Amino acid sequence: MTGFGGFTEEQVLRYSRHIILPKIGAAGQRKLLEARVLCVGAGGLGSPVAMYLAAAGVGTLGIVDFDKVDLTNLQRQLLHDTDDVGRPKVDSAAERLNGINPDVNVVKHDTVLSSDNAFDILGQYDVVVDGSDNFPVRYLVNDATQMLGKPLVYGSIFQFDGQASVFMPGQETPCYRCLFPEPPPPGTVPSCAEGGVFGVLPGIIGSIQAVEAIKLITGVGAPLVGRLLLFDALEMDFTTVKLRWDPDCPVCGKHPTVTELIDYDRFCGLAPGEVPLEAEHGVSTSTSAEA
Amino acid sequence: MAVRVKIPTILRTHVGGSPEVQGEGGTVRDLLQDLERRYPGITGRILTDEGRLHRFVNLYVNDEDVRYLGSLETQVIEGDTVSILPAVAGG
Repeated sequence: MTGFGGFTEEQVLRYSRHIILPKIGAAGQRKLLEARVLCVGAGGLGSPVAMYLAAAGVGTLGIVDFDKVDLTNLQRQLLHDTDDVGRPKVDSAAERLNGINPDVNVVKHDTVLSSDNAFDILGQYDVVVDGSDNFPVRYLVNDATQMLGKPLVYGSIFQFDGQASVFMPGQETPCYRCLFPEPPPPGTVPSCAEGGVFGVLPGIIGSIQAVEAIKLITGVGAPLVGRLLLFDALEMDFTTVKLRWDPDCPVCGKHPTVTELIDYDRFCGLAPGEVPLEAEHGVSTSTSAEA
Repeated sequence: MAVRVKIPTILRTHVGGSPEVQGEGGTVRDLLQDLERRYPGITGRILTDEGRLHRFVNLYVNDEDVRYLGSLETQVIEGDTVSILPAVAGG
């Protein structure tokens, strides 16, 4: 069944509101259908990211998460249903995403993201979206995307506050290490399990990440590069601050000293195999995580 | 000189839950000392024992990171907004 511009008739209808939209159009929709995006984490941030990207017709959507759905996730992680409790998150995520849009090829990475497999997994994608929940994975994903030359859409949340930015490789623009050169010592930042998280917050920040991913794929607008968006849900305050490239950054600076992936648990002050306190869902670099 | 200081959720327990407080001082360092006098313990989350900025907390004067201004000696004037931004990892 052929429709118009290489789209099927069903695709013309499904994506019609993008196809008629100035700046996206048929060409932008074609780019979305051909895009390969990896969501690191199928939790609070990963849910809106993956659901909006699936609805938008991103052709290949990878999900990396080794965790199982827990009842405490359902207050905010819209990828998963009550009946999914106990199932691998990648399975319930794939079902939800293909329910939204069967065009999407969902690739399940039901595994621990580590320095050993990060290049293999991230290397398959054009854009990486970080929806992880702990510092070791955040530094791992940052370093790996910088080394692979992939754009990274960053988002992070705690209680009522969220942050988002876009880190581009190789353009003298900042990366996560330029923002926070070192992680806080273990135990000094409470986890969402300890401190709680406002359920809608990841919906806001994850949706912003989805916006930025689609802008990167289609090449429209001004990406959130060199800027850090701060959101305070209680005050309903959005602020943007400058995020500067650090020429001395060990990863993206003029003379990088970290040129291969390192032991991120150790970098974050954890003993081998120790689960980061802040980890609450399954993209820890460690081999087990409390859900 | 009164400077507006935006307090992130994670530090609001130190200031009775307020999202922002007013502080006094001509530099960021003076301002932090003023906050510490009134809200004991708050700068322990911002400064090292040696009195330097932690590398996992950023301070902004308006929209500029103080690391790219004068660090703790960055001057602040009435009407400025100082934002405290700790690293958080939740997702």
